[in-house]
Amino acid sequence: MTAADVTTLGEPSLASRNESPRHRRGLSLDRVAQWTFLAPAVTYIGLFFGYPIVKNVVMSFQDYTTRTFFTGEAPWVGFANYVTVIRSSLFSTTLINTGLFTVGSIIGQFVIGMALALFFKRRFPLSGVLRALLLLPWLLPLIASSAVWKWILDQDSGILNQTLLFLHLTPTAIPWLSSPNVALVSVVLVNIWLGIPFNATLLYGGLQGIPDELYEAASLDGATGWKAFRYVTWPNLRPVVSVVLVLGVVYTLKVLDIILGLTGGGPANATQTLATNSYQQSFVLFSFGTGAAISNILIIISLVFTVVYLRLNRRAIDE
Amino acid sequence: MKRTRARQLPYTVLGIGFLAIMLFPVYWMVNTSLQSGPAAVNATFFPLHPNFSAYQQAISEQLGNMGTSLAVAGGTVIFSLVVATPAAYALAKFRLRWVSLVMLALLISQMIPGIVIANALYTAYNDLGLLNSIPGLVLADGTTSIPFAILILRAFMESIPPSLIEAARVDGAGHWRAFWSIVIPVSRNSIITAGLFSFLFAWSDFVFAVTLTTASTVRPVTLGIYSYLTANIQSWAPVMATAALASVPAVIFLVFAQRYIAAGALGGAIK
Repeated sequence: MTAADVTTLGEPSLASRNESPRHRRGLSLDRVAQWTFLAPAVTYIGLFFGYPIVKNVVMSFQDYTTRTFFTGEAPWVGFANYVTVIRSSLFSTTLINTGLFTVGSIIGQFVIGMALALFFKRRFPLSGVLRALLLLPWLLPLIASSAVWKWILDQDSGILNQTLLFLHLTPTAIPWLSSPNVALVSVVLVNIWLGIPFNATLLYGGLQGIPDELYEAASLDGATGWKAFRYVTWPNLRPVVSVVLVLGVVYTLKVLDIILGLTGGGPANATQTLATNSYQQSFVLFSFGTGAAISNILIIISLVFTVVYLRLNRRAIDE
Repeated sequence: MKRTRARQLPYTVLGIGFLAIMLFPVYWMVNTSLQSGPAAVNATFFPLHPNFSAYQQAISEQLGNMGTSLAVAGGTVIFSLVVATPAAYALAKFRLRWVSLVMLALLISQMIPGIVIANALYTAYNDLGLLNSIPGLVLADGTTSIPFAILILRAFMESIPPSLIEAARVDGAGHWRAFWSIVIPVSRNSIITAGLFSFLFAWSDFVFAVTLTTASTVRPVTLGIYSYLTANIQSWAPVMATAALASVPAVIFLVFAQRYIAAGALGGAIK
């Protein structure tokens, strides 16, 4: 989803204005026919987005465990699940981890993605092919990428430690995934690797949209290199940048595959985030009530960013 | 001309360097998968003596899982396109009152973490008998592919000239007839893009695979890889061979359907 997809939000589609008045006759029947196009999608959204959201809220106020599946009883407990979650010592850990994971990933992905986008902007032989191949890490199954990275980062025989030791860059093998002090950094690095293609592609698309005349005019005024970036590229790229950043945050908040594949949230909860903890509560401990409470907290955080996103989009349209 | 070529050469070299770093993990996956045997603890930098025994093991252990993934991904493509294509057309061309509300719902739907949906679906699926079933996974995987497909298809369908559709309507074709005989053929490319991405999303799905299957009867290959990772790994070659096999669709699409993939990456980069 990009800015372009949102531009028509809230305004009637241009094309539909061309509908000839002849079709206005028998309006209601025509309307019904038109709605049949939308009915399956609306039904699906209701059942697979609407229902889960409502159900999740309901479950978070219930004592919903494996017993519920046999007895059908899920007693109301009010805010007890939320109190349990927030009071638990794990909550602040997961919150901090989620924040560090998200901020670290976004900064890394964005900076490197931007650098690559700027690099590929100068067309050179093979640039098109290289840009296409850059998409590969983004298309691979996340769990396959996690497997490869788990092997690369293996403390004893992983290629990263082997290389670092061989080049005498580290005196001892670094416990990338097995030390609570390093694991979160490793997971962030892997997630940066995964996010670079997404960032580079969208930002490259944004750069393509900036007319060359602007750069020509700026260079006449003596703005080249860094100055051109500062006064031409950045202001014109702002709408795309905000979309990329907000989408990045929302997608990073819900990351599950990578962390479960690399560390399983460990060691000693060092990489436990809201998303992995919600999974753990619901599907490992079968405490669906607390799992739902955590995922609702996650939704609220995502929703805040979604509102920011929609507002930024609105502004991008107005400009 | 020649001089600019020569001046551009350093960029090409630098570009290849960047790409080599970015794709190193993929190389390492393939390299390791070709080096099995007792000496495989320390894989060498190049597969000087490649052997395919890891692939034999991976196929014997994961062939059924890959079949499951294929069925789920294929089912998701069909289901997503059947639901999304008419909806995209309606959102692009019909002046219906709730269009902007549906669009808003689609945007928000992409922000909902999969774990939230899985949490609620697990209990519903338990009652409906959809746990450990391919239709259950297809329906759940639609939560990623359907909003994406609608947005991609709608963006294209907005550009279809109204005169094209009017012409068919004047000849007495109903909305569905016009949709079927005009809109679908014209939208072929964007339908392919939406279909390819639906396939990749479902093929790569892990969240629903790990939550909505509990038995070993229906197990997508992503779960096969995950169970390797949670166990104590003796030899990495079969794990890497499985990961490489699971990466085959992505590679095939990138090589043989590059323009569709590029269109999807720009038009609706979500994952």
